[in-house]
Amino acid sequence: MAWLIPVLPIIGFLVLGLGRNYLSKTLTGMVGCGVVFISFLLSVYVFISIKNGNTHVAHYFNFINIDSLKIGFDFQLDQLSSLFLLIITGVGFLIHVYSTAYMEQESPRDFSKYFAYLNLFIFSMLLLVMGANYVIMFMGWEGVGLCSYLLIGYWFKDGDNNNAARKAFVMNRIGDLGFLLAIFWLVNKAGTVDFHDVFAGVAKLSTTDITGITLLLFVGAMGKSAQIPLYTWLPDAMAGPTPVSALIHAATMVTAGIYMIARSNILYTLAPVSQTVVAITGLTTALFAATIALKQNDIKKVLAYSTVSQLGYMFLGLGVGAYTGAVFHVMTHAFFKALLFLGAGSVIHAMSGEQDMRKMGGLKKHMGITQVTFLLGCLAIAGMPPFSGFFSKDEILGAVFVKNPLLWGMGVLGAVMTAFYMFRLYAMTFLGKFRGTALQENHLHESPMAITIPLIILAVLAVAGGWIGIPEIFVHGGHRLEEFLAPVFAQSNAITVQNELSHSVSYMLMIITVALSLAALLFAWKKFSKYEPTDATETGLGKLIAHKWYVDECYDAVIVKPLRAIAKYFNEVVEKKGIDGVVNGVGKAVNYSSRQIRLIQIGQVGIYVLMMVIGILLLFIIQLFL
Amino acid sequence: MDKISAYLTFPDLLIWLPVLAGLVCFMLRKDGQIKAWAMLISLLTLIVSVVSLFHTKSIPLNNAPWTWMPEIGAGYTIALDGIGRILTFLTALAFPLIFAATYKNYYKDSNTYYGLMLLTQAGLMGVFCAMDVLAFYFFWELALIPVYFLCSRWGGEKRIAATFKFFIYTFTGSLLMLVGIIYLYLHTAPVFDNAGAQVSEHSFSLRSFYALHLLPGQQNWLFWLFFIAFAIKMPIFPFHTWQPDTYEQAPTSTTMVLSGIMVKMGLFAVLRWLVPIFPAAMVKFDNVVILLAVTGMLYASLIAIKQDDLKRLVAYSSIAHIGLMCAAIFSRSQAGLEGVMIQMFSHGINIIGLWIGIDIIENQTGIRKISQLGGIAHKAPVLTILLVVIALANIALPLTNAFAGEFLMFSGLFKFNIWFAAFAGFSIILAAVYTLNMIQKVFLGETNAITEAMKDISLNQQVALGLIVVFIFVLGVFPQPVFDLAKETVNAILLKIK
Repeated sequence: MAWLIPVLPIIGFLVLGLGRNYLSKTLTGMVGCGVVFISFLLSVYVFISIKNGNTHVAHYFNFINIDSLKIGFDFQLDQLSSLFLLIITGVGFLIHVYSTAYMEQESPRDFSKYFAYLNLFIFSMLLLVMGANYVIMFMGWEGVGLCSYLLIGYWFKDGDNNNAARKAFVMNRIGDLGFLLAIFWLVNKAGTVDFHDVFAGVAKLSTTDITGITLLLFVGAMGKSAQIPLYTWLPDAMAGPTPVSALIHAATMVTAGIYMIARSNILYTLAPVSQTVVAITGLTTALFAATIALKQNDIKKVLAYSTVSQLGYMFLGLGVGAYTGAVFHVMTHAFFKALLFLGAGSVIHAMSGEQDMRKMGGLKKHMGITQVTFLLGCLAIAGMPPFSGFFSKDEILGAVFVKNPLLWGMGVLGAVMTAFYMFRLYAMTFLGKFRGTALQENHLHESPMAITIPLIILAVLAVAGGWIGIPEIFVHGGHRLEEFLAPVFAQSNAITVQNELSHSVSYMLMIITVALSLAALLFAWKKFSKYEPTDATETGLGKLIAHKWYVDECYDAVIVKPLRAIAKYFNEVVEKKGIDGVVNGVGKAVNYSSRQIRLIQIGQVGIYVLMMVIGILLLFIIQLFL
Repeated sequence: MDKISAYLTFPDLLIWLPVLAGLVCFMLRKDGQIKAWAMLISLLTLIVSVVSLFHTKSIPLNNAPWTWMPEIGAGYTIALDGIGRILTFLTALAFPLIFAATYKNYYKDSNTYYGLMLLTQAGLMGVFCAMDVLAFYFFWELALIPVYFLCSRWGGEKRIAATFKFFIYTFTGSLLMLVGIIYLYLHTAPVFDNAGAQVSEHSFSLRSFYALHLLPGQQNWLFWLFFIAFAIKMPIFPFHTWQPDTYEQAPTSTTMVLSGIMVKMGLFAVLRWLVPIFPAAMVKFDNVVILLAVTGMLYASLIAIKQDDLKRLVAYSSIAHIGLMCAAIFSRSQAGLEGVMIQMFSHGINIIGLWIGIDIIENQTGIRKISQLGGIAHKAPVLTILLVVIALANIALPLTNAFAGEFLMFSGLFKFNIWFAAFAGFSIILAAVYTLNMIQKVFLGETNAITEAMKDISLNQQVALGLIVVFIFVLGVFPQPVFDLAKETVNAILLKIK
């Protein structure tokens, strides 16, 4: 029955896509949300049965079955995938409901199109996490990329949206190439792409193979999960509708890379080089994106860079072997970041489409529910106890400290910056006085129920979601998630040496992180609740950060422009003058020589006789020598 | 075996139905009649082909029931094996699609036009069924001649120059091949009849060509004679410059035949003739050929980014795709060859779908320039959706028909050499760039003066494109039947190499 979980959304996609000219908005909303809700219920059922020990691989049919390679259309139903199923369908459902209100101004046709895309996304994402081999995973992997492309460019009249959508797809494809090469490597060295067979037969692979495979897989993860150097598409992806940003570019799709590495944990555990690469990339991204978030004024851009930064933390966790911690952070992040995006959407909705925080302020008194839930989300992402983000971030940072205290210090720096920019965002938006136009001010209102109810549910999860992973030092047996996921990471845990921190060190680390973050939080609160827009232009480092370190410009100069120049050179010089030139040259040469030879055919018999005599003489001479 | 069933096997029907119908077509006069006749015959051929797919065991090798020229050992020997079934089915499917999509187009002298189209189909069928070298060569040229006339009479402005170039190119290739064939023929064993008397000194049959034991030195130069002939047909870099010009100037329906099916002749010929006859040379030159193919993939993909003409864009993208198929053949793994088999079919229908779309846009607006179009999605949503699906299938998105094939081909190439696969892989990224560029500039954005008047597509076009989309998804999810069909051929080829 598990197959129904992804099949329902694809049915929803077909119904909405084909019926978009006939369905009313109400019906569209019911179909779109309904299929995801049923998938959610089924996911709960699957989750419970897996919790009771019923993990298995469901085989449906053979996708490719040739002598040298067998790839089945199989679904993996185990602890890891069932957890992701709950996140995807659960958060997905809330965002579907939210969208019915957020997108209400669309025409019925576009409304159906939007929900069709959203359902298609849920299908692809489910395929990604349910696949029992890398190929099915890859299908979902590219599928979510396609949906992301379609939804970023949903308002396709605007050229900028289309550019952003294309950029997202192309950058993802760069990553996908890495993923594909990793799969080919597996096919040729392991002879299989099934998770179970690959992991069970991992001893047959050499360290070089494992390192190569894991690094290439990580290239895929870099693209999908927006890590340096392939992260620049994610901030641009904010061109899409805000619920899309919440669902795809915060809660689910961008965490696919973490899922992939957590799934392949044994491979990474056996490849220390790759682990180091993952950890360093993750940490660098976490810090780098956090610095950019400090200076952004677009509410969604701040959240986008914050997502990039949080994803960096997850990779940092994976890199130091804290697989449970990384998955835990995926979960809590899905709650609070979806909440924050949806809250931002609610604000944008109230502000009649305005996204610039410099023109907001004082929204607190107009939007009570949005403000309260948003504040809870900010506290969660800032890692304040006892909100969810605290537990998951603490687990990752603790594991980092065990590996390397210096990395831990940098991780804490990132956490402090997170607290700062989140409360800068909160204060600029909800505190102080309103800085927008009078027209906007009159229009300010709390959003309808379809928006506030998902906010409230997500707020509850953002607050309490971390309580399933309470560290051992607080409550004995409190880390229920670790217990639940243990079978998935058993193979890795069996070969890694567990260095536990002493209780006193753990407490100290926790206190340092929380205290510093709290200081940053209060500082930002104080500074930006009295924010006044100034005309002063940024200089020095501030300018560099405000312009996102000029990374887009660099890519343009180093990659895009040269590539276009080469393409132009090939097209205009090599192709037309070079190859075609040679071909036409041969033609011309034939033509020319015919014209020359023609000159001796002038119709004078005397010349012909002369030629004949010369010819005969030549033949005689040749014969003499042969 | 009684006479009727001996003469009328499936391959016979596939070849002679279009030949006879084509000849009849020349005599018809009324436009409506002609179109209906062509459509009817192409559908009949399709039915025959579909039935033949399910009779995998019962078709005997038609071992020359009436020998063509017994004195020289040439037989009219035809049969269908796995690859033959796949490609004859592609041919049989393509023509009704083309006729349906262009049903409302006007062609001057339509009796000649449709007659030539049907003759082309016959020639293509013959190529894919021939088990005798002379018959093969005959059909090879038979397919070329009607296409030449189609291009030169119904083509675009610069059709004469383009067609001339096309003809010279392919004819040069054909001549090289003919030299090779004659040389090989002179080395074949004599043919004896049942009584043991010698019928001819040599034989053109496939079996006798396969039985040749050539020295490596002989193989080396003969390999190139044949390879260049087939490389021009496919086309492989740097023998490709006829192709964009011809695709651009030929009438779009002929371009569909050229790019959808005729380029497969080159690949097919490599698989049927080149590889089994010159296995040693194939192994010797594998790096050279794959290098050419992979270079061509990147080269053509880069050039595709710069194209402003829709037809030329698709033409260059096709060079890249064919390059991968050629590289996969020479990587000589089972995965690669199975991938080529399904990809020949998938590429065929996908590219025909693209041409149908381009034809619709050009007929409605008179424009093929990407930079002058835009916003078609507002005016023709059905066309947009179908074409975007086909365009994405063309760049091998998973769950579309091209994915399984490209996956296996890259996998085979990776096994051969990881660096070739990695370099070739960059074409995946470039393909996304030029395809999305095209989608963005043609379909998205605001409408302009040119696209303002666009109307959505008519029923016949919907049927043709819709059918292609159905194939895209069915084969995208269930590619296995094609692998089963091709298995025998693939294993036979692999056996020849080892």
